[in-house]
Amino acid sequence: MRDRLIFTGQLLFTLFVAAFLVVPAILSISAGVTVNYFRGISSGVTLQWVFQVWDLYAGTILLSFVIAFATLAVTLLAGVPSAYALHIRGGRLSRIVEEIITLPLAIPGLAIALALLFTYQGFGSFRRSWLFILTGHVIFTMPFMVRSVMAVFATVDIRTLDEGAASLGASPWRRFRDVIVPNAVPGILGGSLMVVTLSLGEFNLTWMLHTPLTKTLPIGLADAYASMRLEVASAYTLIFFVMIIPLLIAMQMFADREQRR
Amino acid sequence: MSATLGHGASVRIEACGKTFADGTRALEPATLDIARGETLVLLGPSGCGKTTMLRIIAGLELPDAGGRVLFDGNDMTAVPIEQRNVGMVFQSYALFPNMSVADNIGYGLKIRGMARKERAARIAELVVLTNITGLENRRVDQLSGGQRQRVALARAVAIRPGILLLDEPLTALDAALRDRLRGELNRLLRALGITTIYVTHDQSEAMELGDRIVVMQKGAIAQIGTPREIYFTPKNRFVAEFIGAANIVESPVENGHLVLPGGRQPIGGDANLPAAVAMIRPETIRVVEAGGAPLCGIIDSVSFIGDRQRMIVSGASGKFLTVDAPNTIKAQAGERIGLLIAPDAVRLLPPEH
Amino acid sequence: MPHKTFVWLCLLPLAVITTAFFLLPMARLVVTGAEGPQGLAGYLAIVTEPRYRATLINTVLLATATTIVTLAVATVAGMFLQRHRFPGRAVLIAMLTFPLAFPGVVVGFLIILFAGRQGLIGDLTNRMFGEKLVFAYSIWGLFLGYLYFSIPRVILTIMAAVQKLDVGLEEAARSLGAGPWAVQRDVVLPALGPAFVASGAIAFATAMGAFGTAFTLATNIDVLPMLIYTEFTLAANFATSAALSVGLGVIAWAILALARSFSGSTVAAAG
Repeated sequence: MRDRLIFTGQLLFTLFVAAFLVVPAILSISAGVTVNYFRGISSGVTLQWVFQVWDLYAGTILLSFVIAFATLAVTLLAGVPSAYALHIRGGRLSRIVEEIITLPLAIPGLAIALALLFTYQGFGSFRRSWLFILTGHVIFTMPFMVRSVMAVFATVDIRTLDEGAASLGASPWRRFRDVIVPNAVPGILGGSLMVVTLSLGEFNLTWMLHTPLTKTLPIGLADAYASMRLEVASAYTLIFFVMIIPLLIAMQMFADREQRR
Repeated sequence: MSATLGHGASVRIEACGKTFADGTRALEPATLDIARGETLVLLGPSGCGKTTMLRIIAGLELPDAGGRVLFDGNDMTAVPIEQRNVGMVFQSYALFPNMSVADNIGYGLKIRGMARKERAARIAELVVLTNITGLENRRVDQLSGGQRQRVALARAVAIRPGILLLDEPLTALDAALRDRLRGELNRLLRALGITTIYVTHDQSEAMELGDRIVVMQKGAIAQIGTPREIYFTPKNRFVAEFIGAANIVESPVENGHLVLPGGRQPIGGDANLPAAVAMIRPETIRVVEAGGAPLCGIIDSVSFIGDRQRMIVSGASGKFLTVDAPNTIKAQAGERIGLLIAPDAVRLLPPEH
Repeated sequence: MPHKTFVWLCLLPLAVITTAFFLLPMARLVVTGAEGPQGLAGYLAIVTEPRYRATLINTVLLATATTIVTLAVATVAGMFLQRHRFPGRAVLIAMLTFPLAFPGVVVGFLIILFAGRQGLIGDLTNRMFGEKLVFAYSIWGLFLGYLYFSIPRVILTIMAAVQKLDVGLEEAARSLGAGPWAVQRDVVLPALGPAFVASGAIAFATAMGAFGTAFTLATNIDVLPMLIYTEFTLAANFATSAALSVGLGVIAWAILALARSFSGSTVAAAG
């Protein structure tokens, strides 16, 4: 009997917490498609706000994707070979390098952004372009890609596979192409999902680095919250949810599948 | 034994030692000559340096300054493994999970630029040779341990290497499989006739497969010889006890005899020492009637092994003696028996430091 | 090309990027922090100047409260979810973890919808008590916002840790006569200690550095990130904002390094 009570109590508590997390999101979604938020759902369902957001912010949303995929490209090109090098080398130097690239996760985005601003304000055209934001995103997401790939290398014993391919005559570059990368694919995929998701949602760094011409989606959201009517802001948030939630689900499914192996 | 016309390269390592970055001395400078076509086994307990020596020959480790590795007289010391044309089977097999069995076997050929048709023919050849017909399109994780071992071997042999290097290829398998594959491996190696260097800690593998055995201990070579030489004339106690079962007897010597608690045992050959450390193999001790025997003892226990009985006898030497007797001997625990040992079955070992 | 050269080449792009866009800028930041009228002493301003000190204390208190409440909530909910199977469990877990990647701005907006001037809570209390309860723009709103993005992260960590618990230990305790509460107190919670430290550190460091939420809520509450922001953009006090940023970074890093030495695995803040 007491066990049942405890179970019910915990269940109710958990439901309450879940409600706390979900209800505002649902409110936001509904607000984004309601004609008039104050009159509630009775005023009718409409997509006008969504279209309005699209008109106003299509460029911003597009730039967010451009930056996210550019970040992905850079983290892949720099991160995957580095993960290999760090894993193969091992030792103290590798640990120090890992420490250093993981530092941006410990330091608040605001601080990193200020650091970038102080260093590069002299480089006018660079500072004003979206490439500036790209650098911030790359620094922030790189450790996720590197760690994800290194984790896979550890489970697959990539060092012995590398030696095996070498014993058959393959040059280092050939080994990288034929053996290292194909066997790192789960880590690359997991890391990629992570990098894109983080880049799309990044605000702290981007807010300091952006200019009126280089805005990303979260920046647009902040704008909308400050200056647009509630329905438009909600519709914009809805678009963000639609973009990000499938990615989160994909990440969760991917993680589950990897765990079950 | 091995084909007189052996294939492959002859190998010489000269003064090759290895000290690792953290200071561990894995291998004392060693010099070794391996004839073309010979199967040489590096045998020893874990940590004895046998794998390090193999990796130096392979080109995966550089020997300490002054060490040289020569294939057919050519200095290969600075040449990386990719260019040494060796075939290597790793302990964990190192099969590429992203390729099928056929692609794994053909990988070395692909690197060497062999045309697809030729490659397919050679892969087919090897599949038959290593007995894995039907598995060509499987992925690596669908194979059993024994199958993986064969694929690893096929892959190493496909490229027609000058030297075949095997790092404990049977260790990862369970005992029954290991025994079966040992015979297959032996036949295959004889058929190929390539210079082979085989690392193992299992002395029965070493005895069955090796033309010569290098017994290693703590980074140094303890003895090099044919299986018979190692078995019958071990150079020291370590080698004696590592290969086969051995009775080690320490006793004073008088008049060419070992003076033992249970009697006296004549030693063949020169025995002008006050005391000796001697090795006696269990199967060389004959069990006879106690009356009149020069050496006697009491049977502690009898274990039936299948093809013989193993008796533990006390009271003859200072410690227990292990005696392997044929099944025709009817003796029981508690009985007093006599032990007859031919003088040259008593092998003297150098005293320990 | 020799293997060693190849390995170094592999590290080259990362080395260039990290040096140019992280190490150099951080060095510049540290230098800038000392360029103010007080020079190097400017770094101590975070504790000596009363206004900054108050902000620091505020931020630390808020982060501490967030951490404690989050850990408590996540433990109860996480243990419950991990230990029981029932229809709808997967949905419940999804609901609790979906805010994982939301930026602080979105969380701020959701809090406004929840407890702002036209918020749900305001509506309900108006109908029930005739008076609108609005707390989104106060420290309670900020606190709620911090909880909102901390709970999903910590729940996942706790659930993973609970899964790894050895049930045999609890059974042994029970066989010795311990009641359910004693089992929790003496066996389960101590075993979860490292998980608490690790996830607590993440929650704390994230709350210390959180910017988006406070920005959206446009609170009058002084938290360190907002102070840095206003010093930089409104007052153009580059040296002060740099010094404060370095201070904030050092505190966050120190907390995480400390936690790592306890739990032995890499932990990182985000958001």
